[in-house]
Amino acid sequence: MSASRYSALALLRHALTRHRRWQPAWREPEPKRHYDVVIVGGGGHGLATAYYLAKNHGISNVAVVEKGWLGGGNTGRNTTIVRSNYLRDEAAQLYEFALKLWPGLSAELNFNVMFSARGVLNLGHTLQDMRDIERRVNANRLGGIDGEVLATARVQEMVPILNCSPNARYPILGASWQPSGGVARHDAVAWGFARGADALGVDLLQRTEVQGIRCGDGRVQGVETDRGFIGADKVACVTAGHSGVLAAMAGLRLPIESRPLQALVSEPLKPCLDTVVMSNAVHGYVSQSDKGDLVIGAGADGYNGYGQRGSFHVLAHALEAMCELFPSFSRVRMNRHWGGIVDICPDACPIIGETPVTGLYFNCGWGTGGFKATPGSGFVFADTLAHARPHPLAAPFALERFAKGALIDEHGAAGVAH
Amino acid sequence: MLLIRCPYCCEERSEMEFSCAGEGGIRRPEDPSDLSDAEWADYLHFRTNPKGLHREIWCHTAGCRRYFDVVRDTVTYAIHSTAPIGATTQVDEADG
Repeated sequence: MSASRYSALALLRHALTRHRRWQPAWREPEPKRHYDVVIVGGGGHGLATAYYLAKNHGISNVAVVEKGWLGGGNTGRNTTIVRSNYLRDEAAQLYEFALKLWPGLSAELNFNVMFSARGVLNLGHTLQDMRDIERRVNANRLGGIDGEVLATARVQEMVPILNCSPNARYPILGASWQPSGGVARHDAVAWGFARGADALGVDLLQRTEVQGIRCGDGRVQGVETDRGFIGADKVACVTAGHSGVLAAMAGLRLPIESRPLQALVSEPLKPCLDTVVMSNAVHGYVSQSDKGDLVIGAGADGYNGYGQRGSFHVLAHALEAMCELFPSFSRVRMNRHWGGIVDICPDACPIIGETPVTGLYFNCGWGTGGFKATPGSGFVFADTLAHARPHPLAAPFALERFAKGALIDEHGAAGVAH
Repeated sequence: MLLIRCPYCCEERSEMEFSCAGEGGIRRPEDPSDLSDAEWADYLHFRTNPKGLHREIWCHTAGCRRYFDVVRDTVTYAIHSTAPIGATTQVDEADG
């Protein structure tokens, strides 16, 4: 059960035995017949939920059921940006709670998640953009979240390669700046939470596909998988783009549509960009990874799709905008591009909580921006599951908000178009 | 890039001329004030979001600007049928 601690000393010790005695980071257990909690989906959010259930609440009779491999979905497909400068108090406080967990996460998990607080710039190209930025930054500061409005000259100073000419196609009138934001290594986040959860006794069941959700008398009884039935007191679905498919297994529908969101990376370059630059108006965002490749995010498709590939014109639009903003990128070659299936809610905010089926919980609807929330999402969802009532930060995100009309409108208000 | 046949223009055109207006076959309730909050929320926000055949409404935004029915596979992205608005009654009808 106990994973050996990673440290410089351990590295030295293993060097003496030519690194032949490293143990796997987690077990490959056989499924038990029954668990207290079965988490469907072995991405960052699901694994974080399992970790915090065991760590904070002592609930370790837990399985994470994953049809592919850990972190193989949107966790491994996003552009790794971390920030909390959302407009609405409910959303901003949830993301800020997550952001506060990031700096300590490597130490907490004994796994280097490579969080780098290199700051996030959200560019404003029109007078209205700047008004929205002022409003958002002021709202953030009132809520205790760091942020500043920068003038063009300051933006140019921070990012010399940005085209700040007044004659640019997308003139830069200023930006919002969140210094505590940044990027992290997405795979490491999944692996760190997986290793941490496994060490606390959680069973990670990879290559196990949930094919049905068994319910009776209005409550959940377990999941049907291709490795047989697994009973559970509570089933927690954290399956992002496939949440609608899981909901249908329990006879439910969700206010979610699944669409491909695209991203791409370039060949590795020498360091040229030491922060994250996002633009709502032209819909593109870019940062440079530690390997040197530019990580560029595009928009979501305008229609539903599960194909993990998106429309080419959406990608072309993002790249055209990038070349306008960064003329020196125009001859950079792109290495790979891909799509992830994101679960978009009408208000671009997540759904966290219990469904009309007792014991069946969903944590979904994170849409185009779930990665940044990974530790916070797991933390509040674990608390919600353990106590069978919403964590205070998760309460506004209950499914009931759609019937109450209490939507948390973050579409376009969060500094990037969704 | 999808090629979509507009049933009014009777021509296959690039998806960039079109916009998707969401799931099709959703009827506005005759008398909204008769509905409970949950029923109204279901009409407004809840969707089937299937992995497979999906009934949709599209608009030929940069063409004739008229709405029409589409049955499309959300995994293969193959378009099974397009028809004037209201002509498609079931997803199965367009299959095969």
